[in-house]
Amino acid sequence: MKKFIVVRVVNIILTLVVIASATFFLMKLLPGSPFDEEKLAGLSEEARTEFYAKYGLDKPIIIQYGIYMENLVKGDLGTSFYFKGQKVESLIKDRIGPSALLGLQAVILGMSIGLILGMIAAFRHNTAWDYFTMFIAVIGVSIPNFVFAALLQYYIGLKWGILPVAFWESYSSSVLPTIALAMMVIALIARFTRNEMLEVLQQDYILTAKSKGLSKWSVIFNHTLRNSLIPIITILGPITVSLLTGSLVIENIFGIPGIGSLFVDSIKVNDYTTIMGLTLFYSAFYILTILVVDLLYGIIDPRIRLTESKG
Amino acid sequence: MKPLLEVKDLHVSFHTQAGVVKAVRGVNFTVNEGETLAIVGESGSGKSVTSKAIMKLLPEKIATYDSGQVLFDGQNLLEAPERRMEVVRGSEIAMVFQDPMTALNPTMTIGKQVAESVMKHQGLSKKEAQKRAIEILELVGIPEPATRVNQYPHQFSGGMRQRVVIAIAIACNPRLLIADEPTTALDVTIQAQILDLLKDIQKRMGTAIILITHDLGVVANMADKVAVMYAGKIVEEGTVNEVFYESQHPYTWGLLKSIPDLDAEEELYSIPGSPPDLLHPPVGDAFAVRNEFALAIDYKTQPPMFKVSDSHSAATWLLHPKAPDLSAVIQVKERERVAVAKKRNRLIADSSPIIQVKDLQKHFHLSGNKQLRAVDGVSFDINRGETLGLVGESGCGKSTTGRTIIRLYEPTGGEVYFDGEPIHGQLNKGQENRMKQKIQMIFQDPYASLDPRKKVLDSVAEGIDIHKLATSPKDRKDIVQNLLEVVGLNKEFMNRYPHEFSGGQRQRVGIARALAVNPDVIIADEPISALDVSIQAQVVNLLKDLQYEKELTYLFIAHDISMVKYISDRIGVMYLGNLVELAPTKAISERPLHPYTQALMSAVPVPDPMEERDRERIVLTGDLPNPMNPPTGCRFRTRCPYAMEKCKEIPLWKEAEKDHWVACHLID
Repeated sequence: MKKFIVVRVVNIILTLVVIASATFFLMKLLPGSPFDEEKLAGLSEEARTEFYAKYGLDKPIIIQYGIYMENLVKGDLGTSFYFKGQKVESLIKDRIGPSALLGLQAVILGMSIGLILGMIAAFRHNTAWDYFTMFIAVIGVSIPNFVFAALLQYYIGLKWGILPVAFWESYSSSVLPTIALAMMVIALIARFTRNEMLEVLQQDYILTAKSKGLSKWSVIFNHTLRNSLIPIITILGPITVSLLTGSLVIENIFGIPGIGSLFVDSIKVNDYTTIMGLTLFYSAFYILTILVVDLLYGIIDPRIRLTESKG
Repeated sequence: MKPLLEVKDLHVSFHTQAGVVKAVRGVNFTVNEGETLAIVGESGSGKSVTSKAIMKLLPEKIATYDSGQVLFDGQNLLEAPERRMEVVRGSEIAMVFQDPMTALNPTMTIGKQVAESVMKHQGLSKKEAQKRAIEILELVGIPEPATRVNQYPHQFSGGMRQRVVIAIAIACNPRLLIADEPTTALDVTIQAQILDLLKDIQKRMGTAIILITHDLGVVANMADKVAVMYAGKIVEEGTVNEVFYESQHPYTWGLLKSIPDLDAEEELYSIPGSPPDLLHPPVGDAFAVRNEFALAIDYKTQPPMFKVSDSHSAATWLLHPKAPDLSAVIQVKERERVAVAKKRNRLIADSSPIIQVKDLQKHFHLSGNKQLRAVDGVSFDINRGETLGLVGESGCGKSTTGRTIIRLYEPTGGEVYFDGEPIHGQLNKGQENRMKQKIQMIFQDPYASLDPRKKVLDSVAEGIDIHKLATSPKDRKDIVQNLLEVVGLNKEFMNRYPHEFSGGQRQRVGIARALAVNPDVIIADEPISALDVSIQAQVVNLLKDLQYEKELTYLFIAHDISMVKYISDRIGVMYLGNLVELAPTKAISERPLHPYTQALMSAVPVPDPMEERDRERIVLTGDLPNPMNPPTGCRFRTRCPYAMEKCKEIPLWKEAEKDHWVACHLID
């Protein structure tokens, strides 16, 4: 187990170095910058040199790369080119709150409803329940979430005035975006749960369980559910990451000051340091989630559990 | 005495997309307290469906119980509410399933899986149930039950898992145990252990057993009463002696005769054709079309059960008082079969080796620097025109040996010669082509080894194309048509796809494909183990015929020892990557020298109830050691009843008698 963790951590660090380097050089290859010639047209030659020096843009690229990597190790993601004088890490810190709250709520809501719907569909296989659930699942996947968002805003926000239409003012502001985000999670989880459960219900050990005289519910919860979880956890990993780190569209529609809208803004103005910082943050989070998912596999399925002594 | 279970006129159908399959069509039988009823039949005969119907475990949505009664202790279970069934299942009737690898929940400790049942039926607390689980595991022979109770199924071997499945079944002392092919997925030495365990439990607890099986040897060993099923009906029932020694139904005759008997001089009997499709059950006797003694009435009216004695009855018109006497016909047919066999069993004129294997090794590298020495120094010759049988339990390396000879696996070491020429190491294009043409392989699974998207014509012709054996497309077609006829298939079949065939027909296609390139040697890797008994005999007879006609040499790899004995001239026995004994079939059957061979031969149940009752069986203790880490010296010493100090050294491969090779320290 120890060896496993060490190997994984080294892998994670290597992956992050590669991602950081790749984003750095890709950014340098892109044309355009916040300090384009035309944008700096009014400045004197002197001021311009000073300006470049301040942001370290006067040095050769390889030196810039070195400085960037060195700062990264220190936990310094650099200074935003656009948000004056703000460090990228503090920008992320300020913006992560709303995104994480929305994401977490959406995952929990989506996971619970999705699991329940999926189970109902599996146990009422080929009945109206099943068809209804799968209809919902298809709608959830095929209709983009900004359409749901608009509908929710119009009916619940504007017409009925039950909840705030937009902006980040109180907790109630988070309800509509959460629901909009959860739709897709519900659909995906319901579909996977249903298919996986149907598969598990065909297994011989379910027949063994029934032949013991266990009740239907005992068979469902003690024998079917856990064995169906592996694929569900697998898709839940990436879903969690994308939701926790902010949904670009939903945050924009609801005017929420989250990571997603920060990403969009920084891309619009070519704020390199912020884009790089966010990319790195996103990747690190993703890799960590994969690690958590791998460890969860071991908890759910003893066959995947790592043993130290064997061999 | 009132019977424990009485099944009356049971009808079960499956409602599938293709239509209604009448899987069970009027089955009657009784089981008394403490006795064993064996239900015998081939796949699709309805034996498994019957057993699941008793516990109402068939899939609810597609299976219907059309009529009849299942009276357990006087109560009709078919009409019992689900609540009552939950009590019956596990506490009064329990079930043991075929495949121990899939019958246990992989994510639950085995202790919990055993305890679940006692908690439900005996109301024990979690702690008491755990204690009870340990006792039951001990009872079924799991070593160190107190530690193993917290382990998961994947930490157990197949035989041990089947013990756990039995532990779950007997946890609440059920009065009836239904064992559905309980040993089919196990190796023969492990099968012997499990059968002993079932008998022991029956003796201790007085449990009645319904044993569902296709293996007549197991029936002879276990059963008090036998019911033979065919196409959803019981065609014959009686005591085990009556069914084995005085069988009345032609299907039972066929089943009994299609099991090879080493001393018999006649050709292996095979029931022609294949079982009917129960989507459209035939009007008359379902067996009529395969019955060489069928009467005109068989095609029109289903025969009733005729009573032969109080306990013995059979459903065949031959028992009608007006039926013709067949004894003369039977004698003629018997003589014909002897003649066929005599013609075939010619002496091997040429005893020069066509294949020589010297110190062959195949090691697989596994993750974590582990090594599996699947084949570890095996040497033998195969003579021109002979059949060499290779037997051993799963994991012994017999299949790997075959595949390494033909270089499906690249050998790790050793030498292989074909016709005196080396076929190991670097070969030039010509040598390689020759080897790949002259040595062919037949695979175990006729379903998986044919490309489902290719017509039979193209599958069979593949080798012809590669080796450019056809002069024109018409020639190619002719060759394939001819081959299909040779293997007993209709030549029109060449335009069909594999899914349109039955298992036996597919295996014939596989044989045709191997024959297409005019090979000299055929390596047959478990060619009949996926087939039903009556179909096995057909394929074995075909192989024998082809050997005679085309002067083929066979390496016949199988775990079914009685069939290997029947087809082989010499037999090699493998254990954990080593060859432990190699001798002519007669010698190895009558005087096996290696203790492992002795145990292996003795573990095979023979389809003769009297003999089964009398003979002493050598039951090996324990499981096969981990092949990743085999014992040093003689690899069998950890399970050998005669193991001694000297066995820590590797025994030499020596010729104990003429042509009888063995590696054992007892023979010096």
